[in-house]
Amino acid sequence: MNNKLYSPLIFEKSHKGRKGYSLPDYDYGVEFELPSSLRRHTAPVLPEVDEPTVVRHYTNSSTNNFGVDSGFYPLGSCTMKYNPKVNEAMVDVANVANLHPLQPAATAAGALEIYHSLASALCRIGGMAEFTLNPFAGAHGEYTGLMVIRSYHLDRGDETRTKVLVPDSAHGTNPASAAMAGFDIVEVKSLADGTIDVDDLVSKLDNTVAALMMTNPNTIGMFEHSIPRIAEAVHAVGALLYYDGANLNPMLGVARPGDMGFDVMHINLHKTFSTPHGGGGPGAGPVGVRDGLGKYLPNPRVVRGADGLLDVVFDDTACGRMGAWLGNFTVYIKALAYILTMGDEGLAMAGKLATLNANYIMNSLKSLYELPVAGPCKHEFVFDGLKDKSTGVTTMNVAKALLDRGFHAPTIYFPLLFHESLMIEPTETESRETLDSFIAAMADIALTASDNPQAVKDAPLNTPVVHPDEDEAALNPIVTYKELCAK
Amino acid sequence: MTDFNRYLPHTAEDIAAMLERCGARTLDDLYADVPRELRLKKPYGIGKPMSEPELESLFRQIGALNKPMTCFAGAGFYHHYTPAAVGAICSRSEFATAYTPYQPEISQGTLQYIFEYQSMMSELTGMDASNASVYDGATATAEAMIMSVASARKRNRVLISSTLSPAVAQVLSTYAVPRGIILEVIPAHHGVTDRAELRAMLGAGDVAGVILQQPNYFGIIEDWENIADDIHAAKALMVVNAHASTLGVLRSPGEWGADIACGEAQSLGMPLNYGGPYLGYLCCRKALLRKLPGRIVGATTDARGNRAFVLTLQAREQHIRRQKATSNICSNQGIMTLHAAVYLSLMGEAGLRKVNELSCCAAHALAKALAGTGRLALRYPEHPFLNEFVMDTVDPLTPQAIIDAAAAEGILAGVPVGENGLMLAATEMCTPHDIERLTNIVSNL
Amino acid sequence: MAKTYYLPSHEYITVEGDEGRVGISEYAASQLGAVTYVDMPAEGDTFDAGEDFGAIESRKAASDLYMPVAGEIIAVNEDLENDPRLINNDPANAWIVKIRISDPSELDKLMDADAYRMYLTTLH
Repeated sequence: MNNKLYSPLIFEKSHKGRKGYSLPDYDYGVEFELPSSLRRHTAPVLPEVDEPTVVRHYTNSSTNNFGVDSGFYPLGSCTMKYNPKVNEAMVDVANVANLHPLQPAATAAGALEIYHSLASALCRIGGMAEFTLNPFAGAHGEYTGLMVIRSYHLDRGDETRTKVLVPDSAHGTNPASAAMAGFDIVEVKSLADGTIDVDDLVSKLDNTVAALMMTNPNTIGMFEHSIPRIAEAVHAVGALLYYDGANLNPMLGVARPGDMGFDVMHINLHKTFSTPHGGGGPGAGPVGVRDGLGKYLPNPRVVRGADGLLDVVFDDTACGRMGAWLGNFTVYIKALAYILTMGDEGLAMAGKLATLNANYIMNSLKSLYELPVAGPCKHEFVFDGLKDKSTGVTTMNVAKALLDRGFHAPTIYFPLLFHESLMIEPTETESRETLDSFIAAMADIALTASDNPQAVKDAPLNTPVVHPDEDEAALNPIVTYKELCAK
Repeated sequence: MTDFNRYLPHTAEDIAAMLERCGARTLDDLYADVPRELRLKKPYGIGKPMSEPELESLFRQIGALNKPMTCFAGAGFYHHYTPAAVGAICSRSEFATAYTPYQPEISQGTLQYIFEYQSMMSELTGMDASNASVYDGATATAEAMIMSVASARKRNRVLISSTLSPAVAQVLSTYAVPRGIILEVIPAHHGVTDRAELRAMLGAGDVAGVILQQPNYFGIIEDWENIADDIHAAKALMVVNAHASTLGVLRSPGEWGADIACGEAQSLGMPLNYGGPYLGYLCCRKALLRKLPGRIVGATTDARGNRAFVLTLQAREQHIRRQKATSNICSNQGIMTLHAAVYLSLMGEAGLRKVNELSCCAAHALAKALAGTGRLALRYPEHPFLNEFVMDTVDPLTPQAIIDAAAAEGILAGVPVGENGLMLAATEMCTPHDIERLTNIVSNL
Repeated sequence: MAKTYYLPSHEYITVEGDEGRVGISEYAASQLGAVTYVDMPAEGDTFDAGEDFGAIESRKAASDLYMPVAGEIIAVNEDLENDPRLINNDPANAWIVKIRISDPSELDKLMDADAYRMYLTTLH
């Protein structure tokens, strides 16, 4: 690809007088009038480009990107599984594109049916009594779930619960969401095997605790086998147990959060249920609750009325309103299509094969990479950098060297439990040959690190850009084209 | 094996060989640590895997239950034209199936379009900076509220105009209460924010921010001459929620003196999609850049001296600051920012202006025609509007009667406002004939 | 003559008369890496001992800044706005804020240079 010709910004391809739109010339019989004090004084500087230029610009730009459709994406905790094409096709078939959110429920009956069907399926999969689909993303689901928990305690007149417990291995969104919901955060320690230190947890449990947030399996892919004890201890002090669904995938067909004792959970549809990540969104973070907590789910709600018809309602008992309407609706169509396509047996197989793929990579590379916690993992596992620490090759170097070899990098420097975390989650949709070539690339990097460490440190060399200066970007931020021109 | 295996490449031989390397005999061996009593006792009850033809048939039946209508409803969500090229570009899987651009070397596609989006939104709003977007206009406004409090030491009152969308106000309240932010509502006078009340409330002190909407919920373009001076004199930040598309012609938040601009960008040609996905934009003055939540893309150079884009200012974010982060958000609306960038590239300034001119003419023609029936009257004839307005029905006609009669003809006549009010919007998608049809329905009631 | 005290969170205060210059220790600066931004309060703001008065950021890390003793901000180091890396080059002189100390007796609760040196050996 010719980067010089195609990589400029769309603004740099602007040419006065060109246009890329087609609008009607309706005569409404009135003139356009607006008081000058209410009009813009300066026109916004937008590109003036023809349609072929726009299409070529973004098409070429897309080739500088790497998606699941481009290659293997073993990004830990992100569940980058294949996004089935039929799911995308169903968005058009479902006929929602021109439905206004405020149109009468009877004229959006299909959309409400989709919402309700997906919520019902998630109840079955999560072992929960009720689901809202409204939250826009995983972090938004966490916030919603914590608001449900807050409402539950306050509704019981229990105003002493100011704390949320979070394991030290947790994703940063857990404490950030708890803080947004007004809670103080208390960290719970992990044991050497990465699971929760139950003694430490018990010592921190009392009637000031609103909830414990957990993932299971946890961020290093270990199943928290003490979960029955943990659930009992948390409930004994009147607190609730929150399930962060980021790692739900390997539990499909095996065990349900509801059966483990969780009271509130969120699910990332863009992880477990195959909807595309879209370079950052739109995602969806439905929240499920056990029996008795449904009345705190946010507004608006989709409920079946006495007449058997679905309607959108608002309820005073809700924990609030998390967005303008019912969330990222088209994502639900894709997730429902996926669940129906997979069926019971497909979902169960997906979870187990995700676990098999992770264990296969772990066992194939543990002689070359430091495995701080051994034993069968679930959907993902963490290496603490290269086994040979003498080479000076870091996890960052390994990640960049993978890019040169045609793979996306794993999640790096997370969890914070280890200095050189390299978190690998292959998902179930990767074939043994793909895994073998990834394993070969990782082994090659490890061997090169010993023979010629500089070669690994210099990577990547074959990517569209190499070693961008991120310090400079943070020191003197340039965030618009205007600033770029002024530089 | 059955049909679902098209996503699962494993053969029985693969599974056997892979298990062997893992030192396990069966797949269940890998779950030995899951206590028996927690195991799933019976299948979920989803049913058998559905084939593609069966799936399509089912969704076709469901789709037939939806009745897209000729749309005269707005209330924050508008049926605008989307150029065909937008969908074609946004469906490219290199964009759609990528994750957040953590590895800039192989994410320049995503990073570049976000940078372009940030540049375009900064231009539209008259602000210095934009983030990579948030979920929707309501949550964008909530983030702006939190920013204003975070920027004001020890002040936690935020004033919101009663002319703000009720949905946005409810989301603000949900976000404010647990953080101890005190929201107070500025009364309206004849459909616009009451300036005297605002000054009095500012005078009471402790105000961190003032949130206003333009055009306001009732479609009125509020005149905010000198309002920024009042707000800044009280050391508070001025937050403006504006419908993105209207900024093609309306005085921008920056030109009104705002510190933060936020709102819904669905109007940039995004399908209505029964409520989402939409796009929340959030822009600010440069001085507030480090308080801006969410992803931000910056330009820099790479080791070869080429321009490169990276996620920057990440020290603000939850993965580093955890509970002290500016927000818990760890994503953006991704592909919807691409939608906005492609839309604005195609439309340009001239196209966006024309969209507004057509919408404005359509709305005024509609208002005039409906008033001509004698059954409806403009509620705020003294205030200018762009593409949306409130009319009151003349007794005994009710807004619901109009909505029902129009719905029977496949027309969404608007959104009820209060007892007698009907709020209608028009865009370039409404033909003169559509206006005539609705007018006839009202005449015949 | 000036005397310097430290907090366990690695802020220092160098005291002359009733004024103190507050910055971060060499150890903290090296842990943080290249500093990209310092979030500073405004002159005239007052803080209690232990209250956070700002934040310091590198590309990959951020930490809050805590006030060693109660006081009023009498100056902020504007040089840091242009070149935050001064903190890496010479942390002892790259003070962040100058304060007027409200209650000098609070200094007794802080570590002196020797105690801080001992404290650093206990980390890791």
